[in-house]
Amino acid sequence: MIRWLLLLLGGVLLGGIVHLATIFFLPRTATQDAYSRLTPIAPVNRVVALPAPAAEKAVMPFMDPAFAEAVCRYDLASGPLKLTVPVSNAYTSVSFYTHNDIAYYAINDRAAGRRAIELDLMTAEQRSELPENEDVTAADLLIVESPTLTGLVTIRALAPEPALMPIAQNIVAGATCAKFNLPSKSD
Amino acid sequence: MRLLLGSLFTLLVAAIVGLGATYLALTRGIAFNSLTIRSWTAWPKTGTTDADPYARASIARTGRLPLALGDGVAFIARRDDIGRALDGRCDVTVSGVTPAARFWTLTLYKPDGELAPNLLNRHSFTSQEIVRRADGSFEITIAPRPNPGNWLPSGGIEHYILALRFYDTSVGVATKEGREIPMPALRVRSCP
Repeated sequence: MIRWLLLLLGGVLLGGIVHLATIFFLPRTATQDAYSRLTPIAPVNRVVALPAPAAEKAVMPFMDPAFAEAVCRYDLASGPLKLTVPVSNAYTSVSFYTHNDIAYYAINDRAAGRRAIELDLMTAEQRSELPENEDVTAADLLIVESPTLTGLVTIRALAPEPALMPIAQNIVAGATCAKFNLPSKSD
Repeated sequence: MRLLLGSLFTLLVAAIVGLGATYLALTRGIAFNSLTIRSWTAWPKTGTTDADPYARASIARTGRLPLALGDGVAFIARRDDIGRALDGRCDVTVSGVTPAARFWTLTLYKPDGELAPNLLNRHSFTSQEIVRRADGSFEITIAPRPNPGNWLPSGGIEHYILALRFYDTSVGVATKEGREIPMPALRVRSCP
């Protein structure tokens, strides 16, 4: 009897390890996560407008239908990216996600405080290679450091009323995400 | 023989306990650091790099992109104020006031996160398009049939969930439960 109780206890303990291991490894094996869902429709380093979510037909679950949304699936292997997003009178935001769909940064139109949100996206390594030239750093540029080489940037514009959706769609259609060449140290 | 039987038993228990706990954790939406006010629950940390492993697993499994904390905070309600599951065949009201935010949206989803079909193709309200009372408070009616005022069609589905998202708000990780944050009440008005 005691023997079986001990075996049961061992099984429960081992089960705890199995549970933790599956929780930790699930994000690495998921094939239906947001990044994988967007991969077929979003080419690398380009802004692509996402189709508006409709009943039982959305690219991802839990999309907010009041927003026009575009995505830039980025890969920083070939260099940093420059992001520009025009802003509307309503609410516009840019959110950054790692390859595992974890949000690491977000900024909205009011925080950016200009007519357009302009950002440079790079890895920590690429940032450390930036020349310590005041012209570059003082160009009041916002630099976002990506913890991973690949990831997602979502550009979202709110349509406060359904009739204003075309304006919001125009805003996200005007967003760009493109490669730019860093000024090298020798310059 | 006893050794073999014993090990098999242990491994079987381990598999059932381990995988069962994982399944339950992911389907019941267990995540730490939740913020519950009335019937609304938010997980502000899920929208940051501090997201716990359960939140990460849930994000990967559902395929959603969490709302980044710098963008806004999403509150989810599955039940009304007295704990009944939200039923699309009933008339439910969302009334009161909300915490300060530049904009908010209220959206009705099926439990799997898809939008529910309805004839009007209306799935959400924004803070700017609702009709308010003189004191600034509002009432939204979620019902299968048309209602005067702010009517959000439920499409008559059996279960639904509501997402109340606040954009550009101070509600976040530092917000404590029980502190004075006004959230709208969720009440069932009538049920067939």
